[in-house]
This record gives sequence, C-alpha cells and structure tokens, in this order.
Amino acid sequence: MPTDSTAPAAPGRWRTVDILTCAVLAVAFGVVFWAWNFVWAGLDPVLAFLPPLKGILYGVWLIPAVLAPLIVRRVGAGLLTEALAATVSALLGSVWGVLVIYQGLLQGLGGEIAFAAGRYRRFGTATAVAAGALACVAATLFDVVVWYPDTALWAFKIPYIAFAALSGAIVAGLGSKALVAAMLPTGVLDRFPAGRERARI
Amino acid sequence: MLTFAPVCGPDAPIARANPVAKLAAVALVTVVALVAGDWLTPLLLLAAMLIVLPFTGIRARPLARRLRWLWLAAGTVVIVNALFAAEQTGRILLTLGPVAIGSGALLDGVAIGLRVCVAATAGVLVFATTDPTDLADALTQQLKAPPRFTIGSLAALRLLPLLGAEWNQITTARRARGLEGGWNPVRRTRLFASTMFALLVGAIRRAGRLAAAMDARGFDTEIPRTHAREQRMRPGDWAVIALAAGAAAAAVAVSVAAGTFTV
Amino acid sequence: MIPVEFRGYAWRHAGRRAQAVTGVDLRVEPGERVLLLGPSGSGKSTLLAALAGLLTEDAGDQDGEVLLDGKSAADQRGRVGILFQDPETQLVMARAGDDVAFGLENQAVPRGEIWPRVHDALRAVGFPYGPDRDTHALSGGEQQRLALAGVLARRPELILLDEPTANLDPEGAQGVRDALRAALAETDATLIVVEHRVADILDLVDRVIALGPGGTPIADGPAARVLADHGDALAAQGVWVPGAPLPHRPGGTPGDTALRGDGLALTYPGAARPALDGVTFELRQGELLAVTGPNGSGKSTLALLAGGLAKPDAGTATVPGERRPLHRLPARRLATRVGSVFQDPEHQFVTATVRDELAFGSKQAGWPKDRIDARVAELLDRLRLAPLAEANPHTLSGGEARRLSVAGALAAAPGVLLLDEPTFGQDRRTWGELVDLTADIRDEGTALLAVTHDRDFAAALGARELALENGRTAGEVPC
Ligand SMILES: Nc1ncnc2c1ncn2[C@@H]1O[C@H](COP(=O)(O)OP(=O)(O)OP(=O)(O)O)[C@@H](O)[C@H]1O
Ligand SMILES: Nc1ncnc2c1ncn2[C@@H]1O[C@H](COP(=O)(O)OP(=O)(O)OP(=O)(O)O)[C@@H](O)[C@H]1O
Ligand SMILES: [Mg+2]
Ligand SMILES: [Mg+2]
Repeated sequence: MPTDSTAPAAPGRWRTVDILTCAVLAVAFGVVFWAWNFVWAGLDPVLAFLPPLKGILYGVWLIPAVLAPLIVRRVGAGLLTEALAATVSALLGSVWGVLVIYQGLLQGLGGEIAFAAGRYRRFGTATAVAAGALACVAATLFDVVVWYPDTALWAFKIPYIAFAALSGAIVAGLGSKALVAAMLPTGVLDRFPAGRERARI
Repeated sequence: MLTFAPVCGPDAPIARANPVAKLAAVALVTVVALVAGDWLTPLLLLAAMLIVLPFTGIRARPLARRLRWLWLAAGTVVIVNALFAAEQTGRILLTLGPVAIGSGALLDGVAIGLRVCVAATAGVLVFATTDPTDLADALTQQLKAPPRFTIGSLAALRLLPLLGAEWNQITTARRARGLEGGWNPVRRTRLFASTMFALLVGAIRRAGRLAAAMDARGFDTEIPRTHAREQRMRPGDWAVIALAAGAAAAAVAVSVAAGTFTV
Repeated sequence: MIPVEFRGYAWRHAGRRAQAVTGVDLRVEPGERVLLLGPSGSGKSTLLAALAGLLTEDAGDQDGEVLLDGKSAADQRGRVGILFQDPETQLVMARAGDDVAFGLENQAVPRGEIWPRVHDALRAVGFPYGPDRDTHALSGGEQQRLALAGVLARRPELILLDEPTANLDPEGAQGVRDALRAALAETDATLIVVEHRVADILDLVDRVIALGPGGTPIADGPAARVLADHGDALAAQGVWVPGAPLPHRPGGTPGDTALRGDGLALTYPGAARPALDGVTFELRQGELLAVTGPNGSGKSTLALLAGGLAKPDAGTATVPGERRPLHRLPARRLATRVGSVFQDPEHQFVTATVRDELAFGSKQAGWPKDRIDARVAELLDRLRLAPLAEANPHTLSGGEARRLSVAGALAAAPGVLLLDEPTFGQDRRTWGELVDLTADIRDEGTALLAVTHDRDFAAALGARELALENGRTAGEVPC
C-alpha cells in the first residue's frame, strides 16, 4: 500500500513556471476535452440501452483537476487548470458553450476539496483518488441539475453520478498518479516538489 | 489543424466589441436559460440571438459548421430526459416494450434541449469572435484580473496551434527511428498512447522554457505592468450588455405572460 | 550599465550530480564587451542564465554569489536582456509586435512610448514583416531577429547573447551581426556574448573569457592577447582559435547509387509557394553530398522527403532493391535502409536516457548485445558524452544534444544517412570528432547527405555540393 508523501505546504506566491505549467496542461487537455466531446456524442447510440453508463466516460474530463495539483502543489491549481481547460474547449467550439466554463470551475472546486482536506500537504494515492471522485461528483451534480433535471432519481441520476465517481477515481485519480510517476524519469518535474526526490545523474 | 477558425472578419462589429462586454452579455443570457425550466424562454432567447446575428458581421457558413454538433448534443439531451423522466406525464406517444414516452416528458426534454442550443450558440457568438489577446487585455484592464495569471494563460494559449505540428514531429521522429503501429491494433494503440504521453511531456517542458523566457523579460517583478493595447468600455459595449439584459427580461416576461414559465 | 561580479560561484542543475560551473570569480566592468568561450557543455549558457537571474533555488544548488550592481541577479531582471540559444522557445506572444511589446509592458513603459519603440526595434534588426505577423510562422532566422528585437527594445543595461547566429545562413548571420553592431553603437550597455566561431564575432568584443571543460575560467583578458598567449592551449580545449589548421578527410571514388531523388516537390498546407519544387539528385555509396542554400530554401524539406518521412506532392525517393518509394515503406524497414537526423535535435529523441538513445537504432536492427554495448561505449567516449550516459536527452546543452542525435543515427549504421545541420553548436574538438566519424562511415561505404551552412565541414570532407534556392536546384558542383 503506497503511503501519502508529505511535502512542505505550498508557500507564498505562484512562480511563473507554476502558472505556465498549469496553463499549458490546460491547453493540452482543452484539446483532449474537445476531442472527447465527440467521443461522448458518438457513443450515445452505443450506450442507448443504459444511458447512466455514460458516466463511465467522465473521468477523462477530470484529469487536469487532479494532475495539476499533483505536479505544482499549490492552492487553486486544480481550479485554475480545470476551468482553463474548459475555456479552451469552449474556444475550440464546444456544444456546451459557455456553460462548460461554469462546469469546469465546479469540477475544479470539487477536486480542490480533497487537497484542501489534506491541507495541501498530502498528495498520495488516496488524496488523488478522492479528488478525482469528488471532481466527478461535482460535475455530474451540475449535469443532473442542468441537463437531466426531469430524469428519475434512482433510474438515472444516482447511477449516473455513481458511475462517474468511479470513473473519476480510476481515470482521473489513479490515472494522474500514474502519469506523474511516468513523468518523473523524463526530468520535466525537476523544478517541482514532485520531481525533487529523483536520483541524481 | 487546431486553430480557432474565425467566423467573422477582424473588423466585424462583434469582433470589435469589448470581450468583457460580450462575456457579460452571454453570462446573462445563459444564466437565464439555466434558471428557466420551460421551453418558451430558451426558444425566445434563441430567436433573439438569431435576430441580432445579421448585425454582428458573422458569416453564416462557418457559423453553421461550428454549430453542427450542437444539434446532436441537443438531441441526446432530449432523448435521455424523455426516456428517463421520473414519470411519463401527458398522452403516451410511443411504447417500445417496457419503454414509454409521454408527451409531457417529451416537452420537458425539448426544453432542456433548447437550453443546450442557447448555451452552444451563445458560446460560439462570444468565443469564435474574440481574439485571445484582446480577451486577456480586457480581463486585466476591465475586470482587474491578476495579470500574471491572465498573461501566463495567454502565452500558453499560443501553443495551441503548435500542438498539431508537435504531434506530426513526434510521429515523424518515430517513423525515422523505425517505430510505427502498422496494422496491428495493439501496437497501434500502444504507440498512440506513448505519442500522447510524449506530447504531454513536451508541453510541460515547453511551459518551463516559456516561463524562463517570460521571466527573462521581467514578467515576474513587483512593478505594475502597463498595457500596449488599450481595451475600453465604449458606449456600444454598454449597449451590448443592456441589449442582452433586455432580451433576457423580455423572454422571461413573455413566458410568464403566456403562463409557461417555471424554474 | 551594470558591473557584473561572480564570487566563488558554482551551480549544479537539479537532477545532476556534477556541477555545471564551479569556482567562477570574475568581474566585468560597465560597458565592457565580452566574448565567453569554452567547449560544448562547459557551462556558458548556464552562466548567462545565472546573470539573467533565471537560476533560482528551485532549479538547482548554488555556491557563492552572482551580483549585478552589488545586488542579487534575480532582483535585477528588469535591467538585463538575454537572447537564448534556442530562439523558438523565447517568443511569448502570438503576434510579432505584441511579443516585442511584452517586455516593455513588464517594464511599465507608458503606452504612448511602447509602439514607437517596438517599431524602432523591429526596424533595427531588419525584421522583414509588420508587427501583426504570426510568430509561429517564422523561419529560424526570422525568429532569431524577432527575439533580438525583443531584447533590444527594452534597452537593457546588460545584454547577454547565446550563440546569436547559430543555424543562420552565412548572409543571415552577417545581417544579424550587422544589426547587433548598429544597435550596440547606440548604447553603452555591457555585452556578454557566447559564440563558438571566434573569428566571426571578434570585432564586436574587446575582452575574451574562456571556460575550461569543468566550467572554471582558464583564460581572461583582451581578445588579441588571450588568443595570442593561450591560443594553443585553448585550441586543445576545443576553442575555435582563428587560423588553427582544420582536418582534411577527402573521400575516395564513390560506388554505386544508394539513393535517388526524382523531381521531389512539396507544398506545405496553407503555404503560398512550394517549399520544394522538383529537385532531382543522386547519392552514391561512399560519398558525401552537402546540401546548401539560404534559410528557407527547402533544404530540410528535401532531407525529409529523401528520408521517406513525408509524402511528396510529386516525385519519388527510392533506394535500389526496394520497389516501393521510401515514403511507402513500413517504418521498421525504412529505418534499416535510411537514417535521418533532424535539424532540431530534440525532435528526434524517443527514449529517456542518452545511453538508450544511442542503443535504440542498433537494438531495432537486432544487433547482438555486446556489439551494441561496444559501439555505444565508443560513441559516448568519442563525442564526450560518457559522463552524461544516464542523463535525459532533453536536459543536455545545445551542442551535446546535437552530438547525441547525430551519434544515434551513426550508431545504427544504415546504408544511407541524411544529416540536417550535423555540426551546429559544436566546439572545435567535438566538431573534429564529428568530421572524423562522418569520414569513417563514409569510407566504409555509407552514402551521406548533409544539409549544412558550415562551409568548413563541407570543405574538410571534400563534399560534392547541391545548392538550393527557393526550392529549386541552383547548382551542383564539387566543393
Ligand atoms: N536543464 C538542465 N538540467 C540538467 N543539466 C543541465 C541542464 N542544462 C544544462 N545542463 C548541463 O550543464 C552543463 C553545462 O551546460 P550549458 O548548457 O551551460 O553548456 P554550454 O557551455 O552552453 O554548451 P553548448 O556550447 O553545447 O551550448 C552540461 O553538462 C549540461 O548537460
Ligand atoms: N511545417 C511547415 N509548415 C509550413 N511551412 C513550412 C513548414 N516547414 C517549413 N516551411 C516553409 O517551407 C520553406 C522551406 O523550409 P525548410 O525548413 O525546408 O528550409 P531550410 O532550407 O531547411 O531552411 P533553414 O536553413 O532555415 O533550416 C520555408 O519557407 C518555411 O517557412
Ligand atoms: Mg549553450
Ligand atoms: Mg532547415
């Protein structure tokens, strides 16, 4: 069982590289979001037999909300990155229009809750999984209120949120953790707390 | 290629409006569409947007291309809401084995579908007509958004069109070194994943270098920045906001008068 | 005008065990014009970054101090302008004019003054387009000019330039140097410039500081005296001392055709004119063909098409024994026939360590392990990459990255090798090794095509020349 790594609390102001890293992640994932919109729309007929199952696709939309805080470890990193990624996908042309930005903000906030609960000192697997799940719950809550208000609670709303939370925990939570681990040897994280423990060459 | 294909020329009236004014107008309209639960309000808002369209300078064809996906999404929302409605109210229109769709549920679904249309159209109207540099300038000048974050995000946005080129470079490099998926779907998927990863790592590496380039030009100092391009709220910009507020209020009023309004 | 002082300065990059520079004790007086020399990897770029206040504690470990005007460099960023080794990564904004203005906004220059200064700076460096030009649609030379405009517009008191003309064609390089000379004549700023080719830049400087391989200064003084007194020692360390003899390795008689290009043409999507417009050439075993021409004449495009890496609009590239043109060969097969080295080394790396990068090609080709190990060890040693064997390719210095990418292609030893600017950013010694390695494999029968602005390289190897201009063949002559 991997333990939560403790890192010094993110102090003071954001460095330029923190801002840029979050922003660039947001741009990259904005494109992914935009592409994922098509997957989401395209899979509709396939999942028509059980629409709540669509929640399972949700995790991909939440990766920035977990990945960015895991890398830069600053208060608000998830919020900034997720909202910005949503904005980029809106810039590229999203079917959800401006609403996707509100939703991005909400998703980012959901993720922040998990990191805030660890007082921005815990960035282990458990925190990442919780952040992914919470971000997904926030997102799908917005969905059921705004897009699916008339659906039945037990036949649609609850399973939809549950599938999404699962997807968020696995794809966004564990996935981000795995991404960070894979990035360590590439040296791109050397300037971040996450990359500090790497062996010297 | 990933660029924001503009739907209007740089001199179109809507392209010259202050981005913050456009954002405010769109926020107004979409919030009303979110709050209203009936089908008439969003329909009226949609009609209002169609009416102003000729005055914005937007070209019809690129706009239509951008909005194409919208109908698909709207359709989905209608179906899901109708199928999974808490109770199938009204006259039963359709029965398919255990599934039944009532007219009331369908109407509710259509209302939500129209909500999607409003959101998407408004999104295209503001985002497809706004230059990101102008947006960042207006955000810092009119809304006093923190300049380090806005300008930093703007600099990252410049990389957007480069991502496609970067992808090509990575795949070309791999081909040169003898790596290619070929017809094997497993190999193809693995190569695709590793190319994505390379792109992501490359993006973070670029972020670091861009940050250094910005700091080297005095970005991260305590001195308050000046602005090379001025963004102002002109009377026309206030009119845009007023117009949006007026349209939203009128839509709600009509819908209340017609007795369809719900929240 | 800022006095610059290093006191017992040393820097270790995060993730590295060795220090990049150590024991630097230097003082540069206000208004001095300094040339910083040293072998590739000796820490020249690192020292400039330190002066620009970019080496903050999160990026590595520091000993001693670096002072600008008696204060820490990180607090003096506003007074320093730096041109990085790689121009592509230093443009910040989407439009050329905004990019130059960016530095002025940060300095809180009033709006009324910004645009005149932007226009002046663009004119001074000879930037050929207006301020609305997209920054990502510029060739390497144009990017370099724009970046220089961004530096000069801020009127820095300390100007730092890292190989300002690497990758430019000879005329373009001269143009940038002229722009620089004119700009310097108007200021009394302190200048520190890094350049390997000493002769080109000597008239711009009045003092030379040379770093040794360990990153410690080994010579310092007026340019003429340092070169006269320490010339031999510096040449032995890898400095391009003007007048030092160059190697000469002409080839023998070429053998059979190894690669043919027939009427190759390509227009990039959205481009107004073709990048390559019907070029025909033949490459034979055991010869070196040098492709030359101004920036943007289509050299890299030719290399790409000849290497089967892009689909030509018209024409074919073929190797004997393959019926299909190269661009239709499966990658695995292609890699055993033709090897390519890209102009930007970073675009080529596919593994996470220098050693893996060198071993990659021969592993793909199925060599036995001991043969791979022997070849990798040899290349690491000859190209002075041995201490960096486990480092990530993306953390190398400019010259190191170039050598690694060339060595990676050499290691796999396919019958045909296409090299795009194989020698840029090299010191005299690693340059000599590259010449020798290239000559060795050529004499073993490999057919080589090298895109290059480096006349010395072509001359040393007695290359045949294919000159391009505007995407067409301008002349084909033995060098
Ligand atoms: N970001 C980095 N991370 C780790 N090591 C680095 C980094 N940048 C440079 N180095 C290492 O520090 C040493 C000095 O590099 P530097 O770029 O200063 O050399 P240089 O003298 O400019 O060489 P060149 O002439 O090849 O550009 C090299 O060994 C290089 O591998
Ligand atoms: N990916 C691309 N997309 C669009 N245009 C391109 C692209 N790559 C190159 N070009 C254009 O094609 C022309 C030929 O480019 P190429 O890179 O082959 O020139 P080059 O001779 O190698 O120049 P240099 O000496 O600067 O490397 C140039 O005008 C360049 O701007
Ligand atoms: Mg260097
Ligand atoms: Mg080239």
